Amino acid sequence: MDALFLARLQFAVTTVYHFFFVPLTLGLSILVAILQTIYYRTGDQLWKKATLFWGKLFLINFAMGVVTGIVQEFQFGMNWSEYSRFVGDIFGAPLAIEALLAFYLESTFLGVWFFGWNKLPKRVHLAAIWLVAVASNLSALWILLANSFMQQPVGYVLRNGRAEMNDFFALATNPNIWVQFPHVFFSGITTAGFFVLGISAWHLLRKSNPEFFRRSFQVAALYATIGAVMVIVIGHSQAQHMVQTQPMKMAAAEALYQSQDPASFSLLTIGDLSGHQEVFAIRLPALLSLLAYNQFSGRVEGINDLQAAYVKQYGAGDYRPPIPLIYWSFRAMVGAGFLMAFLALVALYLVMKHNVEGSRLLLRVLPWAILLPYLANTTGWLMTELGRAPWIVFGLMKIDNAVSPASAVSGVSILITLILFTVIYGALMIVTVYLLRRYARIDPDQETAPAGVY
Amino acid sequence: MDLNVLWFILIAVLFSGFFFLEGFDYGVGILLPFLGKDDDERRVLINTIGPFWDGNEVWLLTAGGAIFAAFPHWYATMFSAFYLALALILVALILRGVAFEFRRKDERAGWRNFWDGSIFIGSLLPALLFGVAFGNLLRGLPIDASKNYVGDFFLLLNPYALLTGVYGLVLMTLHGAVYLSLKTEGDLADRARGVASRLWLPAVILLFAALGASYIATDMYTKLGVDPGVVPIVGGAALLSVIWFIRNHHEGWAFVMTGVTIVTTVMTIFMTLFPRVMISSLNPDWSLTIYNASSSPYTLTVMTFVALIFVPIVLLYQGWTYYVFRQRVSKDSLVA
Repeated sequence: MDALFLARLQFAVTTVYHFFFVPLTLGLSILVAILQTIYYRTGDQLWKKATLFWGKLFLINFAMGVVTGIVQEFQFGMNWSEYSRFVGDIFGAPLAIEALLAFYLESTFLGVWFFGWNKLPKRVHLAAIWLVAVASNLSALWILLANSFMQQPVGYVLRNGRAEMNDFFALATNPNIWVQFPHVFFSGITTAGFFVLGISAWHLLRKSNPEFFRRSFQVAALYATIGAVMVIVIGHSQAQHMVQTQPMKMAAAEALYQSQDPASFSLLTIGDLSGHQEVFAIRLPALLSLLAYNQFSGRVEGINDLQAAYVKQYGAGDYRPPIPLIYWSFRAMVGAGFLMAFLALVALYLVMKHNVEGSRLLLRVLPWAILLPYLANTTGWLMTELGRAPWIVFGLMKIDNAVSPASAVSGVSILITLILFTVIYGALMIVTVYLLRRYARIDPDQETAPAGVY
Repeated sequence: MDLNVLWFILIAVLFSGFFFLEGFDYGVGILLPFLGKDDDERRVLINTIGPFWDGNEVWLLTAGGAIFAAFPHWYATMFSAFYLALALILVALILRGVAFEFRRKDERAGWRNFWDGSIFIGSLLPALLFGVAFGNLLRGLPIDASKNYVGDFFLLLNPYALLTGVYGLVLMTLHGAVYLSLKTEGDLADRARGVASRLWLPAVILLFAALGASYIATDMYTKLGVDPGVVPIVGGAALLSVIWFIRNHHEGWAFVMTGVTIVTTVMTIFMTLFPRVMISSLNPDWSLTIYNASSSPYTLTVMTFVALIFVPIVLLYQGWTYYVFRQRVSKDSLVA
């Protein structure tokens, strides 16, 4: 089997899997910190119970995020050694900084928080969970800075056959990070909001401890609304940024084969197998121009024109990413995003009407809606990473040239580890879902396990 | 001293910290099925490293990140060369990491046994394989002119590397046993001390066997000379003294000494390697060094500022957590 294909598949499996856990960690760490802050301020035992209940689910998820993150730190060298040699000078730095600034802080203070319940002054203990929340999101910032370099290389010079850093400040303020980090940050908020909404709705529907879950629902409805609305607002800026920096990704996401001015937005496009033209399309006139430039006119480049331009700029080759995958990923992400914003607003409306338990339909829907952020998070990353193809670093290095040489890492080796990771990840997913379901269903008043000890 | 040397030292420090701290974590994990007679005892053992193990593991991630940032060719060559071994370590660390969280989530014996087994294997495998990896670094690997490894997985399993692997495994287990004698009480602490004194002689024999084998398999003696200097001698003396401290109930000092042995072992390895980071067995000119494998001076400068600011801060707050959770763990503390 083709080593390159296997290496790509392995990166997809390990990274998509890792990102099942990351957004919930990002958002829920902050939410738990907020709950504990309310407890600290009010002294109300209900909020302590809320901190412990949601904290318990947070810990299960956090453990999975940590262990699957270890693989991320090493697999660039394992499967992508040529990539590591080419970008190490500029890509290694944010990774090392992430470990030094964020991983230490997050891991150390998570231990302090979990084991410190009865050992630390309340104020110090509260600071510990806030440090975990800040560090988790700080870690996201640095890894996204590394990813931003792949999307939009800045602060480098090509020297000694590789990309060398010549401006750390430019790297750390990559224009891409201003749209990418907030998008991921608020995705985390949304994921955590829907997680708490869904579980609270499940309990409210069964009238199990409604006093507790009504409060959690209230907080989560507001949290999810802020998250979902902000994700859309920033997603809009991100799309505009993408039209400027990676027009091919936008064109693929829209299956826009021919350049248009004004450009229409695709509701449904079926392309032919050649990848050069559409067979059938329903398009809304000028809407894509509106998305791209905030006005009903403006030229958006199509796939065929971009392909021709890239051949002129970078030499012969196919510069089109896998269009159907990106087209449908984009639609799944945006569709899930708007659905979440709608559901969150309905939930918030009912909270403000003091009538959460009035809509049994919403309470039935919300547990299933926990899946929506996961769909959006995954398809969003598929679009971001696949849409850059054939580049691993946009304009600088192609994916084909990035993989470890076969003399060092054979296709068989990659296949072995691919199977190994897939089997273990699959088994752990079953265990994790089992534990989350089981512990999400326990009434917080019936909890017997001691806090602060393994 | 140029920045390449500084970063070589810093990476040696990160690995020293990693093996010192995660060394006793692994040791506790390896001893878990032998010392923990019932579930409560096994919980006591796990709780002795509960607040620390995750933070300790970050030393490895930081060492990996630092190698990537400062010596990208070292990162690329080493991790692709140790491909399958590293994958095994990763799988072990994954199972071990979730085991600490998952084992307490269900009281059924089968469930707990499974995760205890994961902690055992997940500690044993890395403790062994890291030693194998460092043995191979010292011995040299077939690395071609374009800095790529051209051997296979089984080449890594040579007698010398297996010997250094077993030495590392026994040393970390000893370190863990001494740690447990410090962090537990009563009967359990006595048994931990008993295990430590039984592991001492094998550790000493393995150390001297590894030193002897290094004479044949590596250029350690050409590099360090007949009088190897203060570092290896202190390491050997520290390990020899451990048994005296254990017998006389100075567990704190015994722990310091196993720690010194670990740190000096890592330092000796790095002193032998210097200025090489990966030795080519095909042609000395093809070895990776701190110069031909490094990042640009600009990147090293940036990273130096970052490290000089943040490493001391990390040391301070990690040190503080050891102070906060300094008490011994007993069965009474399990109800919290």
